[in-house]
Amino acid sequence: MIALLTRDMRLAVRAGGGFGLGLAFFLIVVVMVPFGVGPETALLSRIAPGVLWIGALLACLLSLDRIFALDWEDGSLDLLATAPLPMEAIAVVKALAHWLTSALPLVLAAPALGVLLNLPPAGYLWLILSLAVGTPALSVIGTFGAALTVGLKRGGLLLSLLVLPLYVPTLIFGAEVARRGAEGLAVATPLAMLAGISAGAVALLPFASAAVLRINLR
Amino acid sequence: MSFWEYANPVKFIRTTDRLLPWLSVTAVLCLAVGLIWGFFFTPDDFRQGSTVKIIYLHVPSALMAINAWLMMLVASIIWIVRRHHVSALAARAAAPVGAMMTVIALATGAIWGQPMWGTWWVWDPRLTSFLILFLFYLGYIALWSAIEDDDTAADLTSILCLVGSVFALLSRYAVLFWNQGLHQGASLSLDKEENVHDVFYFPLLVSIAGFVLLFIALVFLRTQTEIRARRARALQARERLA
Repeated sequence: MIALLTRDMRLAVRAGGGFGLGLAFFLIVVVMVPFGVGPETALLSRIAPGVLWIGALLACLLSLDRIFALDWEDGSLDLLATAPLPMEAIAVVKALAHWLTSALPLVLAAPALGVLLNLPPAGYLWLILSLAVGTPALSVIGTFGAALTVGLKRGGLLLSLLVLPLYVPTLIFGAEVARRGAEGLAVATPLAMLAGISAGAVALLPFASAAVLRINLR
Repeated sequence: MSFWEYANPVKFIRTTDRLLPWLSVTAVLCLAVGLIWGFFFTPDDFRQGSTVKIIYLHVPSALMAINAWLMMLVASIIWIVRRHHVSALAARAAAPVGAMMTVIALATGAIWGQPMWGTWWVWDPRLTSFLILFLFYLGYIALWSAIEDDDTAADLTSILCLVGSVFALLSRYAVLFWNQGLHQGASLSLDKEENVHDVFYFPLLVSIAGFVLLFIALVFLRTQTEIRARRARALQARERLA
């Protein structure tokens, strides 16, 4: 499992720009927002938590189809399936690798982009915390979506159509934590719900991903 | 004589062929009676005026939109557990009907909301979760049509239906947390003292029955079509081989 994890991470970092691309996309989405809604700082600081969450979510989405696509094309997914590793473990490792290479940089970059959007000072801690708690759910759900569409020619668009509705609860609670944090309100309830969704998704969805992978490799 | 006999496509088609005319005729009758009764022979509400009459389309379609998803969920589970092809095809057949019901519910709601709430759309929990349900339907239908191999498609969509149901429920309660609504609570429950007044209640029941029958008839018809299309494909494949 660790060998697979290091292999995936090395591939993600070294091969062909997939690694920095998500971060760059996050940056450009956040930069585009003031052009769209106007440069007024009061408005920007009010919508900053939501915009940062949506930006992170879209940047996460961007790298999802790479989770399985390359391994599917060159046949290493078939090899992995015959390896003495349960399919569930493969799904978990793939999701973990996606989280480490795609989501974690977003979590770390979010405060810097918060400055651009004039996020209130109280909001930074809660923004990072909500992203750190919520993005594992995004990665695991995304891995499920990627497993569903792995055999398809143009799976990318379909992948977003399938995965985005599944992201709704995570987004609602995550953005709620960030917003309440920024406004100095109590965050315990939405944070607990967000953590619950994350934990539940991490615990259960790998089984669904594994079932779907087995069907696709049949 | 067991329920599982109908998993045999021949038996299914024979039975539904016999049922379909009856179902369609009663569905049309119920709809006609319910809607005409509702539209022309009930009094206007003293506050809402005649706009209240959209309830005869809105409530049944919303009801069926949710029940269609439930039916797909049950059919998906049956496909996963017992691998009856008719069940997978019925789930596939129900999806566009359910999506259409969702659209009708959303559209009639918007038309009613414009004069009553003064806006076509609000981000109310019920409205929002219906919109999300519609997105789930779209994803489900898109996945069905994207995969060429029938069995793979049936497997993948049924797992998507299971996972989607969990997340649809989660979304339902998440949006409840996120925004308090304008939409009124349920007024048709069987266990409550105060429901909609009888004058509106009976035509509404008739039109709900009409929608239910319409849904069943449409699903039967579409499932039959799917079975026949699959047969035609199999025949074509056999001819090409010969």
